[in-house]
Amino acid sequence: MGLLSDPVRRRALARLVLRLNAPLCVLSYLAGIAWFLALAFPPLTQRTYMSENAMGSTMVEEQFAGGDRARAFARDFAAHRRKSGALPVAWLERTMRSVGLEVYTQSFSRKLPFPDETHERYMVSGTNVYGILRAPRAASTESLVLTVPCGSDSTNSQAVGLLLALAAHFRGQIYWAKDIIFLVTEYDLLGTEAWLEAYHDVNVTGMQSSPLQGRAGAIQAAVALELSSDMVTSLDVAVEGLNGQLPNLDLLNLFQTFCQKGGLLCTLQGKPQDWTSLDGPLQGLQMLLLMVLRQASGRPHGSHGLFLRYRVEALTLRGINSFRQYKYDLVAVGKALEGMFRKLNHLLERLHQSFFLYLLPALSRFVSIGLYMPAAGFLLLVLGLKALELWMQLHEAGVGLEEPRGSPGPSAQGVGLASLVAPLLISQAMGLALYVLPVLGQHVAAQHFPVAEAEAVVLTLLAIYAAGLALPHNTHRVVSTQAPDRGWMALKLVALIYLALQLGCIALTNFSLGFLLAATMVPTAALAKPHGSRTLYAALLVLTSPAATLFGSLFLWRELQEAPLSLAEGWQLFLAALAQGVLEHHTYGALLFPLLSLGLYPCWLLFWNVLFWK
Amino acid sequence: MAAAMPLALFVLQLLGPGGWCLAEPQRDSLREELVITPLPSGDVAATFQFRTRWDSELQREGDTDHYFLRYAVLPREVVCTENLTPWKKLLPCSSKAGLSVLLKADRLFHTSYHSQAVHIRPVCRNARCTSISWELRQTLSVVFDAFITGQGKKDWSLFRMFSRTLTEPCPLASESRVYVDITNYNQDNETLEVNPPPTTTYQDVILGTRKTYAIYDLLDTATINNSRNLNIQLKWKRPAENEFPPVPFLHAQRYVSGYGLQKGELSTLLYNTHPYRAFPVLLLDTVPWYLRLYVHTLTITSKGKDNKPSYIHYQPAQDRLQPHLLEMLIQLPANSVTKVSIQFERALLKWTEYTPDPNHGFYVSPSVLSALVPSMVAAKPVDWEESPLFNSLFPVSDGSNYFVRLYTEPLLVNLPTPDFSMPYNVICLTCTVVAVCYGSFYNLLTRTFHIEEPRTGGLAKRLANLIRRIRGVPLL
Repeated sequence: MGLLSDPVRRRALARLVLRLNAPLCVLSYLAGIAWFLALAFPPLTQRTYMSENAMGSTMVEEQFAGGDRARAFARDFAAHRRKSGALPVAWLERTMRSVGLEVYTQSFSRKLPFPDETHERYMVSGTNVYGILRAPRAASTESLVLTVPCGSDSTNSQAVGLLLALAAHFRGQIYWAKDIIFLVTEYDLLGTEAWLEAYHDVNVTGMQSSPLQGRAGAIQAAVALELSSDMVTSLDVAVEGLNGQLPNLDLLNLFQTFCQKGGLLCTLQGKPQDWTSLDGPLQGLQMLLLMVLRQASGRPHGSHGLFLRYRVEALTLRGINSFRQYKYDLVAVGKALEGMFRKLNHLLERLHQSFFLYLLPALSRFVSIGLYMPAAGFLLLVLGLKALELWMQLHEAGVGLEEPRGSPGPSAQGVGLASLVAPLLISQAMGLALYVLPVLGQHVAAQHFPVAEAEAVVLTLLAIYAAGLALPHNTHRVVSTQAPDRGWMALKLVALIYLALQLGCIALTNFSLGFLLAATMVPTAALAKPHGSRTLYAALLVLTSPAATLFGSLFLWRELQEAPLSLAEGWQLFLAALAQGVLEHHTYGALLFPLLSLGLYPCWLLFWNVLFWK
Repeated sequence: MAAAMPLALFVLQLLGPGGWCLAEPQRDSLREELVITPLPSGDVAATFQFRTRWDSELQREGDTDHYFLRYAVLPREVVCTENLTPWKKLLPCSSKAGLSVLLKADRLFHTSYHSQAVHIRPVCRNARCTSISWELRQTLSVVFDAFITGQGKKDWSLFRMFSRTLTEPCPLASESRVYVDITNYNQDNETLEVNPPPTTTYQDVILGTRKTYAIYDLLDTATINNSRNLNIQLKWKRPAENEFPPVPFLHAQRYVSGYGLQKGELSTLLYNTHPYRAFPVLLLDTVPWYLRLYVHTLTITSKGKDNKPSYIHYQPAQDRLQPHLLEMLIQLPANSVTKVSIQFERALLKWTEYTPDPNHGFYVSPSVLSALVPSMVAAKPVDWEESPLFNSLFPVSDGSNYFVRLYTEPLLVNLPTPDFSMPYNVICLTCTVVAVCYGSFYNLLTRTFHIEEPRTGGLAKRLANLIRRIRGVPLL
């Protein structure tokens, strides 16, 4: 600390920071990006390993043999569903009861804030059916969940069939220590959300639903199943949940164990991967980027994502049927599920031993939080360095480096904080308008313009977003003329600190989102100043705004999926993503939309303000 | 459904002598009986009761002082053979003869429900209660899962359930009987068939409905002599039509609502399914101190309206000393669901207070509901000494009500739990380092530094000047 308390050395350090600021910033930024790219390569990735003792060795023997039964159930279910056009509740109830479960139903209804054009939903009312297998001689204090979300299209019949066949098999076993809930939800995630809210007796999203008649204690783990064919070539696992939450890594390890045991081909992000091959690490980088993009989106990738809010470790298994030669039937999938449930049944404590915060460059490799955080740290250091530079320049009253000994003049103390109030308030108000107005004003917009409500919401969103750029930037007339630079420097200083704080907090909870935003916003935020070629800076600033980041991420995403987008498709996808983002905030409580509109967009506007400071 | 009794309640009942034992009780007697009841769900419940009574010279001193009554629950006991073996050794015939030969652990623990109890109480030997006997009553109830064992059929036999048959009574027993619930048998002979056919039957009102039991007396030589063993079998001739089992008038459900590790809510749902009668229920809750109850959030609603309990007794918890005790008398309207909810905050324990496996969660004991439920059939108060033992499980207060005590399910609540591992230590260390750094950084940031020119030089300078003065050179 002597370094800082000794005025002479402190001054030397300050001079170093001021003189080397630009190279240090560039270095730090490059280090952050390089560190991130290096995450996919061996010294930073480790092999996954099972931490939980209760699930350690694979000492369960899977006996599930109900493949024919599962297919018969699936056929019946699909036929009944086609006949009734909705979830065949009565048939499900009857069948679950016939395999010996305690059956309950739950009806729910929800009016979405505006019509969902992707899923073609607006006023939704449906019924969830669930059956509870009571563990013998236990007091229903703990339970496991196997859930199948059924959408409006007629997929997932095979998953329901397998669920029923598994229920029939599980019912005949004596070893269960935890109750098992077999849940079939209507309107996929909406139904799951309704059921979870009713189970925990909370109302987070304004869902109206009937109270649950049967419960089974604290849910320890959940597996969501999506299967649409009798044969599968591979099983894909999705871990990314709401707001980028991830299940405990041990659950993934468990799945992987049974994949290996059953000889199943298991994939992550829908891509098979061979780590040992020559370009294994490069594939790893691709997977890592895919995972970062998916996690950053903050949307639940499967109905497991909604369980995570309630501290229920969950993942989604998707059966994929492609043109591969080796196919597995439902028995293989059922055996993997049986094994997983028997292992979860052994759990004494909740899953807590392994990592909750990780990135996956492959199914069997992970990067822990301690290793990926420096990447975000380096990026945020740029903001810190810039802020430090500005602070010193302001503090030394523009006297500069030539006269470090000169006492700061009286004007230096009045940094002109009053002049900051107006831009801060205006940008925050813009953010608030961006958050509130699109949904509030959709009917007005739909009346006055020839657009549907959903379009109205998206277009209002874009309009307000763009309007923010055109706001008056001459709100700082009060600033004294003797130090013309002081105003924008103070504003930029505040904006830098605000941005660094926000990005830091985001990176802690959802690293992917924090890193993506930092990687795009930091350089231009550091560069923004009202001198030089303003048009270039403005273009850069617009290109790195949160909306442009979203737009770019969509292209990157499709590029990594090896299905590149054309510009027009990209624009359509962008509009759909905006609508989905708003909807997911209102229906599931996803935080990306409020975060961008109330936090990052106003902050970004401040930099825009700095750029056009007169 | 709910209403699951705690698995093992080893109850030591020290009840008052009661007014019914005016007749001279038998000395040193053993009565044993087995009641087999087909449940509406298709499962079969078997309840064993053994009553041993012996004289003792121990004298009772007056009535039980209620001041000394204590209530305690262990919500986490899982019954296993370790509980059964010592329990069996208390029986006079152990498991060698009589009904207790059926107590085979591997079958009893292959059931879907198991409850085992020991009751001990003093019984007056005469009207003035000058001398007493002690009564030890042991009960064991199991429910056989017809779905697993019977492949979906409801038929049963003693051998299939216990993999044993009855051969002889316990030589010490004064009464040794098997009761089989054949209520439907009498209404309609087509429904079921019992083999061997019962010689005598017994009718009684149990839990508000009239029941008929076939009696097989092991002391009656004819019962066993026919084939040297007794394997009672019951066959249903027609499958029962009702898919939905009848719902009891009173049942309850309990759960924790909310999420996160800071707050939560304990909710108890009380169902009164009686179509037109309301009745009061006494609800007793003991909640551990580490769930800090907010009593002002206690809400009781039935049919959407506030339901004011007619009696509330609340004893607040003391940290590490005693739990919360909440007792309420609530009137349940006819055909209604009453929700009793109270919010709590999860306390942070000291790190030595966490149980082993702290991430499993902490148990909260079940609520106890006691109620006088209106019965469908008027029952006559019976002579307790003469009636079968199992009647003591279903006490009747008067003709129109019967007494029910229900235990809701225990709850598992997660408390904020530190990660007792290496990362935890790392976090502690990091926090310390950050705290130290923060202190000095804050100090630096809030202080201004000025350079002060030294008025006099250091020791070295003075020494140098001294030497210079001696040498006659200009000073520094």
